[in-house]
Amino acid sequence: MTNHWIDIKNSDCIMIMGSNAAENHPISFKYVTEAQQRGAQLINVDPRFTRTSARADFYAPMRSGTDIAILGGMIKYILDNNLYNEEYVAAYTNAPFIVGADYYFDDGLFAGYDKQSKTYNKKKWAFEMDANGVPKMDRSLEHPRCVFQILKKHFSRYDVDLVSKISGCPKDALIEIYKTYGATGARGKAGTIMYAMGWTQHTTGTQNIRTMAIIQLLLGNMGVAGGGVNALRGESNVQGSTDHCLLWHIWPGYLKTPRASNVSLAAYNDKWTPQSKDPLSANWWQNYPKYSVSLLKSFFGDKANAGNDFGYDWLPKVDDGKDYSWLSLFDEMYKGTFKGFFAWGQNPACSGANAGKNRQAMANLDWMVNVNIFDNETGSFWKGPGVNSASVKTEVFFLPAAVSVEKEGSITNSGRWSQWRYEGPKPLGKSRTDGQIILELGNKIKDQYKDGGVFPEPIRNLKWDYLSKGKYDPHAVAKEINGYFLTDVTIKGKAFKKGTLVPSFAYLQADGSTSSGNWLYCNSYTEKGNMAARRSTKDASNNIGLYPEFAWCWPVNRRIIYNRASVDLKGQPWDRSHWVIKWDGAKWSGGDVPDGGWPPIGSFDNPNLKSRHAFIMRKHGHGQIFGPGRADGPLPEHYEPMECPVEKNFMSATYTNPTAPTYGTKADAYMTCDPRYPYVGTTYRVVEHWQSGVMTRHQPWLMELQPQMFVEMSEELATLKGIKNGERVMAASARGKLECTAIVTKRMQPLQVAGTTIHQVGFPWCFGWQKPASGKEESANLLTPSTGDPNTRIPETKAFMVNIQKI
Amino acid sequence: MRIDRREFIQISGAAAAGLALSSCAGKGGIFAPAREQAKTLQIQDAKETTTICPYCAVGCGAIVHTAKTGKKRAINVEGDPGHVINRGTLCSKGAALRQLAENDQRIIQPMYRAPYSKEWKKVDWDWALTKIAQKVKATRDATFQARNVKGQIVNRTMGIASVGSAALDNEECWTYQALMRAIGLVYIEHQARI
Repeated sequence: MTNHWIDIKNSDCIMIMGSNAAENHPISFKYVTEAQQRGAQLINVDPRFTRTSARADFYAPMRSGTDIAILGGMIKYILDNNLYNEEYVAAYTNAPFIVGADYYFDDGLFAGYDKQSKTYNKKKWAFEMDANGVPKMDRSLEHPRCVFQILKKHFSRYDVDLVSKISGCPKDALIEIYKTYGATGARGKAGTIMYAMGWTQHTTGTQNIRTMAIIQLLLGNMGVAGGGVNALRGESNVQGSTDHCLLWHIWPGYLKTPRASNVSLAAYNDKWTPQSKDPLSANWWQNYPKYSVSLLKSFFGDKANAGNDFGYDWLPKVDDGKDYSWLSLFDEMYKGTFKGFFAWGQNPACSGANAGKNRQAMANLDWMVNVNIFDNETGSFWKGPGVNSASVKTEVFFLPAAVSVEKEGSITNSGRWSQWRYEGPKPLGKSRTDGQIILELGNKIKDQYKDGGVFPEPIRNLKWDYLSKGKYDPHAVAKEINGYFLTDVTIKGKAFKKGTLVPSFAYLQADGSTSSGNWLYCNSYTEKGNMAARRSTKDASNNIGLYPEFAWCWPVNRRIIYNRASVDLKGQPWDRSHWVIKWDGAKWSGGDVPDGGWPPIGSFDNPNLKSRHAFIMRKHGHGQIFGPGRADGPLPEHYEPMECPVEKNFMSATYTNPTAPTYGTKADAYMTCDPRYPYVGTTYRVVEHWQSGVMTRHQPWLMELQPQMFVEMSEELATLKGIKNGERVMAASARGKLECTAIVTKRMQPLQVAGTTIHQVGFPWCFGWQKPASGKEESANLLTPSTGDPNTRIPETKAFMVNIQKI
Repeated sequence: MRIDRREFIQISGAAAAGLALSSCAGKGGIFAPAREQAKTLQIQDAKETTTICPYCAVGCGAIVHTAKTGKKRAINVEGDPGHVINRGTLCSKGAALRQLAENDQRIIQPMYRAPYSKEWKKVDWDWALTKIAQKVKATRDATFQARNVKGQIVNRTMGIASVGSAALDNEECWTYQALMRAIGLVYIEHQARI
């Protein structure tokens, strides 16, 4: 989230699309309701009428996978009706940037597409630079090749009739939504979006969110209270685990995993440190080498020094252009690439797309380590349905973990708040905290490399002093993540002693004199104490619910990021009643921590040269309406899901996302417009269960409330198939099948798509064969396909084709 | 006699359950076992700690009461009224949080499944961790790539992959990624990808 949970109350119009917040983030509705009581409108667009829809002022149905069509129509409406905040758009976004003459868009394809590799040459989308190397701009937004004009032209095709034809969303509903949300473009009004996996789990996931980000930039909703682009993250610490980068492509703090072509630390820093020639661009990532070297010092401590490139070569490199993400990982496992596998606090036998493939893949492993609270479908895959244990070679180690209430440490919520929690009871029986297991395992592995082994340096030299009297010490790690001064130094006129904690990332250095396990968390645990443990309920002077001394938020406790865009060019808030920061003529005064202390720009005719553009993390300092870094195009475009019920894309001749990945094993199949699988399937969660259900299916109250796998369908489809509410049915896709109980409701409605009736059905994905013990309540992911977004490779589990048959 | 909630609803009659809850309370009878259990709660004498809910990422605060005597287990979990986000409220999962910790289905000792075996057997920690460390070394050393096909230095193992976990604390995530990267893994993924 660019904003945070409490801030939702400051909104004038809340759009919930791609999430069912009332059910899956129930307490968020405390603030949605508070906003509604103040007069805010709640809009909900969803394939199904959900608990969120029940609270909405306005609900509209849609066909799963057509979000870009619907939102693209909104962009057109906003532009056609001049609802955008022109001053904001011209000052803070890249709408004025001139795009090079090589750029074009033709019938669903952008310039630079290579059919063979299914990739784009992004150089064709580059901005035009002036003689000083600064992007050429036309802040009047009139140049025919400026982003604003290109945007206008691109979305001129998203006519409301066509959008309705594609999405099945009625035309009058679309217009009502566009009008209501578009009204937040007025000065002082704020609109927010609450989305979740309903947007990310598509072959167009990234561009779904980009479309909304463009809307937010046009309406001046970024950086303001009650605005922002807010991803409702689904796991208690999925924000923190992402920040610390348990992901192949990034190192802690969103640094890049080195590519093989980054042959030295200097080459690595050079490659990933953006350069801006614009004196008004803060280009914050210019500090990259300070963060990468400080991270290496946290990895390897005293063993890392300038003479050995701070241990840069001790860490693994990935091949340039190759993908190592989830879908590829299980594809490789299926092909037998791996001997060993750690499934630590995760249940891919149920949670991963095309779960049947994942389960088969596990039998190709020599060994697996499964760490969890309960036995689960992954650790026990060798005795799953249809598996003959006697033929599975895999050795499995199950290590029992403590429950959250039994351990101390911090987790980071969706609003980027890192919150400390404490040990209540001790870990039950012989279970151990994950921290204890990780550290002891690390020591055991270090023991193995005491007397040799292949390339032992990284293992031997790994700084691993986080056990205190044999017990895992979360404070020691939290301090390392924050970072230390490693010598007596004077920085920016301030003297710091060796061994003291760094007060903020502004003091990190690239010469090895500081450490920081994650620069984004530098400021979280300082000489003033553990900031995440703070509990003050006092609000800040602007009284908008920031609570700056309750817990701690990255970066540097800034509760609303991009907040320098919450003010006009003179530094005065767009919204004077819910202001975030304001310029008092000499400094930013009160409210939130500003996105840098530079003064406001004043005007572009005579800019204050001490100022910096508002979007400080972007190389050129502007919010990106035109996003030339994306894999599938600099602007969003509607494509059909990899499996869809329509024979063509009514928007262009390019049917599906031309850069979306597919896989080719026997366990992979994609069936589009196939009469054997005529219905659109989608997956979701229910409030009583969580993710694949390992942490809820073992609880009596929750199992009583939500005991079995179901498929939700409309009354019309049920009639068509002769299915009665409560009957057992078989659901099948090209990849797998499972039994479900039919839930026939009015919440699902057939849609009219291009003159045809389209039926959609929905599956919760919280079940698995192991619990309940009948073994008949299986995972919805047996149905979902191995394809996904080309930027993130998040699987397309929200739109796929199925059939339903009465058993 | 101990009755669970399902049995209670059956006893009291499902249709009248709502009414029964309010009208019968305090009359004894079927409530005796519940009152008996309530006596053991005694949260006023318990250790009180704050926690953050482990389910969705709203980050609601809860208070955990842990008995200072007996088994020293969690006897109550409830919403934290001093938490600025949830102000004491919790959803159905958060409200059931105690059942996650105090659950007889938890695995509380390491287990091992041998190749081709049909069952788990209990093992001790030292044996399991030593054995895993040996497997890591054998696999890593056998599959280590110092250079890729282009001859570039890559120093990695392609023989081991890892998934997980957003269920770990920040400090655990950091140490876990450090260990995996030091071993040389490049296939490191978790919930954020799916």
